[in-house]
Amino acid sequence: MDIKDIIKPENKVYGKTPVLKDAVLHYCPGCSHGVVHKLIAEVIEEMGIQDKTIGISPVGCSVFAYNYLDIDWQQAAHGRAPALATATKRLMPDKYVFTYQGDGDLASIGTAEIMHACNRGENIVVIFINNAIYGMTGGQMAPTTLLGQVTATTPYGRQADLNGYPLKITELIAQLEGTCYVTRQSVQNPAAVRKTKKAIRKAFENSAMNKGTSFVEVVSTCNSGWKTTPVKANKWMEENMFPFYPLGDMKDR
Amino acid sequence: MAEKVLMKGNEAIAYAAINCGCDGYFGYPITPQSEVMETLMKEKPWETTGMVVLQAESETSSINMVYGGACCGKKVMTSSSSPGISLMCEGLSYIAGAELPCLVVNVMRGGPGLGTIQPSQGDYFQATKAGGHGDYRMIVLAPASAQDMYDFVDLGFELAFKYRNPAMILGDGVIGQMMEKVEIRPQKARRTEEEVRALCDSWATIGKPESRRGNTITSLALEADVQERHNIKLQKKYAEIEANEVRYSTYKTEDAEHLIIAFGCMSRIGEAVVDYAREQGYKVGLLRPITLFPYPKAAIEALIPQLKSIMSVELNAGQMVEDIKVIANGRVPVNFYGRQGGMIPDPEEVFEAFVKSINK
Ligand SMILES: Cc1ncc(C[n+]2csc(CCOP(=O)(O)OP(=O)(O)O)c2C)c(N)n1
Repeated sequence: MDIKDIIKPENKVYGKTPVLKDAVLHYCPGCSHGVVHKLIAEVIEEMGIQDKTIGISPVGCSVFAYNYLDIDWQQAAHGRAPALATATKRLMPDKYVFTYQGDGDLASIGTAEIMHACNRGENIVVIFINNAIYGMTGGQMAPTTLLGQVTATTPYGRQADLNGYPLKITELIAQLEGTCYVTRQSVQNPAAVRKTKKAIRKAFENSAMNKGTSFVEVVSTCNSGWKTTPVKANKWMEENMFPFYPLGDMKDR
Repeated sequence: MAEKVLMKGNEAIAYAAINCGCDGYFGYPITPQSEVMETLMKEKPWETTGMVVLQAESETSSINMVYGGACCGKKVMTSSSSPGISLMCEGLSYIAGAELPCLVVNVMRGGPGLGTIQPSQGDYFQATKAGGHGDYRMIVLAPASAQDMYDFVDLGFELAFKYRNPAMILGDGVIGQMMEKVEIRPQKARRTEEEVRALCDSWATIGKPESRRGNTITSLALEADVQERHNIKLQKKYAEIEANEVRYSTYKTEDAEHLIIAFGCMSRIGEAVVDYAREQGYKVGLLRPITLFPYPKAAIEALIPQLKSIMSVELNAGQMVEDIKVIANGRVPVNFYGRQGGMIPDPEEVFEAFVKSINK
C-alpha cells in the first residue's frame, strides 16, 4: 500500500492543534513542560478562545512558552506573573488570562504575588509546574525540593535544619477565599494527561464565569535536573513526589 | 473660564489621572504621597470613567501590574516615594527593556534607607541614570507646583506613548503636600477598545485576531548580537528624545553673569534668590530644567559664554551638579549648595552660599 493511501482525513487519529506553532521545543526530552503546553493549546482551540487568551510566561525553563503557543504573550520578571495577570484581567475583563509558572517562580521569589492574586480572587488561571528543582539555572534547590533530595545547592540532600522544609504551596492556596478551584495533577501517562487536560479546561471555564482564581498544579519531572533518565524520572516522581504531593482536587466550588 | 480648585500636589495627580482618561492606577501606601491613591479611592472613577484603581500588596507588585497593563496598550500608572521606587526598579528595567509606555510618580523623601518622610531630591541619580539594571532611560519631568503635578500626568502619558517608554514625574514632599490653586482641564474620554487596537495592535497583548500572529512582549534576548541590536535601538530612541523633548524655563538670564540651576521646589526658591541677589547688585539668573531626562544641555551651553559662575542648588548632597560640570567642561566654575535630610534652605541662606562661592 502506498503511503498516500494511508494519509487521508478519515484515517486521522491524532492532529496537532493549530494553536501550537511549528517550532522545535527547546525542552529536554522527557520534560513535562511540553506536554502541559500542548494541553493548554488544545483547550484554547477546543474552547475557541485563541483570540481572547493572554498568556504570561515566567522566568524559568518555560520563559519561552511564547515561542510555542500562537496567542498574545507577556513575559514577566521572575515571580511577578500574577501581578501582570491581575492588571491584564482587570483592564480587559472579557479576556482569558493565565500565568504559567515553575516552582521557583511561583513558590519562592513570587510567593507574595501568587498569594495575593489568589486571595483577591482574580479571575485568572494559574498553571503551576512543580518539578521540585530549578531547571533553568542548572538544578538548584527549589522551595518544593523534597527532604533528602540531591540538588546543586543541596549536594548532600535537602536537610530540614539547614534548608527548611519543602513548601506545600498549593495546600496554602486552597485555604484562600479567592480561589474557586485548586487541583494537583500530573502528566506521566495517558490517563494522567487526560485528567490534567480536564482540569485545565475547567480552570479556563471558571475564568469565564468570574468564580475566582483557578489553580492547577502539575507535579512534573525534570530528568536533566534530577540527573536521571526520563523513564526513571517518572518512577522517582511516582514513588517520592506523589506521597508528599498527593494528586487530586483540593477545592472545587 | 476653567475651574480652579485648591488642592495638594498629590491630589492633583489623582484628579489629573481621572481627567486625562487614565485606564488604571496601581499603588501601595507610603508617605508623603498616600493622598494619590486615597483621593482615587474616594472619587471611585471606576463608576464614572471606568478607570481601574487597585491597592497592591507591594510596590514590586504595583509596578508589575503597571507592566501588565502597559502590555495591553492601556494608560496605566503608579505613584510612590523613594523606598517604594527602589522596589520598582526591577520592574522599570523590564518595562524600559520591553519598550512599554507607563507613568510613574515619585514624591521624593530623604534617604538612604527608610530615611525620613521629609522632602528631598536625593533620587535624581536613580531617576535620570536608571535605578534598575541595564542601559535604559526614563523620561523625567520635574514639577515645581501643584499645577505642574496636574499637567505632567497628561504630558507624561503623551510622551510615554509617543516613545513607548516609561515616564516619571519626579516631585518631592514639598510639591506633593503643598496646597495651591489648580486649573482643572476638560475631561478626556478613556480610549475605547477599538482605539487601543488601532493604536497598539502591532505590539500589544489585546487578544490575537486571526489576521496576525500572536504578539509577544519580552525583554529577553539570549543571543548577544540580538541583544546588542536592541540596545542600539534603545539608545537611538533616547537620542531622539534628547533631540525633541527638552523642556526648561529661565528667569532673568538675558544679562546674567551668574546662573543658578535648580529643579522642582528648589527652582521656586531659586527665583527668590535671583531677585534678592539683584537687589544687592549681582546679575544672577535662573535656569529651571523641567525635563531632567532629557536634560537642557544646549540651553546651558548657550549661556556659558556670558557666565562667570554656575551654582546648582539641590535638596541632596550634589547630584545634578555632576551633569552640569560635564556640560561646563571646565569653561566656567560650577558650584553647589544643598541641604539634606528634609532641611530646606531659605533664599538668604542660598544667597550667602552664592556670595561665598564666587569669592572663594
Ligand atoms: C530576579 C532573578 N533572580 C534569579 C534569576 C535566575 N533564575 C532564572 S530561572 C530560575 C529558577 C527557575 O526555576 P523554576 O521556577 O522552578 O522553573 P524551571 O526552570 O524549573 O521550569 C532562577 C533562579 C532571575 N532570572 N531573576
